[in-house]
Amino acid sequence: MPKVHDRGGWPNDDPIDRSEHIMDEWERRVDSLNSVLGEKGLKNTDQLRRAIESLTQDQYESLSYYEKWTVAMETLLVEQGVMTTDEIDQKMVDLENGTQ
Amino acid sequence: MASQHQQDGHSHNHGDHAEYYSRRAEAIQALLIDKGVCSLNEIMTMADQIDARSPEDGARIVARAWVDPEYKKRLITNPESAIQELGLGLPETAPRLRVLENTEEIHYLGVCTLCSCFPRALIGRPPDWYKGLAYRSRVVVDPRSVMREFGTELDESVEVRVMDSSADMRYLVLPKRPAGTEGLSEEELAKLVTLESMIGVTHAKSPNAAII
Amino acid sequence: MTSSESARFAAGDHVLVKVGNPSTHYRTPMYVQGKTGRVDTLWGAFRNPESLAYGGSGVPRQPLYRVEFAQKDLWDNYQGPETDKLLIDIYQNWLEPSA
Repeated sequence: MPKVHDRGGWPNDDPIDRSEHIMDEWERRVDSLNSVLGEKGLKNTDQLRRAIESLTQDQYESLSYYEKWTVAMETLLVEQGVMTTDEIDQKMVDLENGTQ
Repeated sequence: MASQHQQDGHSHNHGDHAEYYSRRAEAIQALLIDKGVCSLNEIMTMADQIDARSPEDGARIVARAWVDPEYKKRLITNPESAIQELGLGLPETAPRLRVLENTEEIHYLGVCTLCSCFPRALIGRPPDWYKGLAYRSRVVVDPRSVMREFGTELDESVEVRVMDSSADMRYLVLPKRPAGTEGLSEEELAKLVTLESMIGVTHAKSPNAAII
Repeated sequence: MTSSESARFAAGDHVLVKVGNPSTHYRTPMYVQGKTGRVDTLWGAFRNPESLAYGGSGVPRQPLYRVEFAQKDLWDNYQGPETDKLLIDIYQNWLEPSA
């Protein structure tokens, strides 16, 4: 049974969807953050891949590309002790409420 | 708030997962800045640098290879130094670049079945379809059927080679120079080189089809 | 210290891809595992992604090969000519000599 990301030859009859979505600003930032953190030696491509591969099949298939990167980035940053899940939860609340 | 949502009619859900993840990403970014790991300026500068990479740079390289056979040889033998001749370059830390030449006998197309590896450092982000599950699953099993969806039909006498970029190499396909382009300038030729043709699911555009 | 494993294979050699399903990160898709191909190119030695993925140093570097397979050998009902190929980059630790 191949792993969730190992897709070569998975049964799939879907046509190739050629529509392109315009990148949202948050996606652009995630893409950038990935490179910034890489340049600072805080993560590498292999770690990002490994973190994405640890998603469940359901997550892997339902989350968009940059949503997956966001989950992976959290995994890596928490793993390295840069931040905690609780801090991220709290920051989300703060940003929503406008309280920095 | 809740009553307003109910009046909307469509199922607008405050817990919609797309919004959740965008907010989570913003929280992560804010924390990284708060903690001094990086600055907003660094993030925005990097985003601009990434945006600056585009398929047009790949098209210029292809056009040069079409008009200059010696350049084409250099490009295939040592792509990273050949692109520098056109003022392009890859960061030291970028994965290695290789070039796959399409000919009358052999047609390459690229994929990353395991994730989304792509020659970003040269031509920017991959298209959504390249990263999607349908392409990644199907193109290795039945590349000719996938190419047909892109409008590309290859004779059985042409050898189709799928390149799965699973490791440290990133591949750029050098499409064939279309027929009837003898009189065109390098700049005009570059306009025929699409992103799809540098992945290999299509040929470059013919001069009749393109609006120059 | 950047030590490398020495290269066991050269262009033209026939190689068999090992079969494995480690729980940890690896870059050899299942569809080529257990298949026999021909070494097309030796790229040199690169840091091992199986170690890098966990913050390891990735050394000793693993020789990396581009390996060519006949599509008809990979898929039971391949819809295309017998001459069609698939190429993929595989690290040495996943390869064995093939008879």
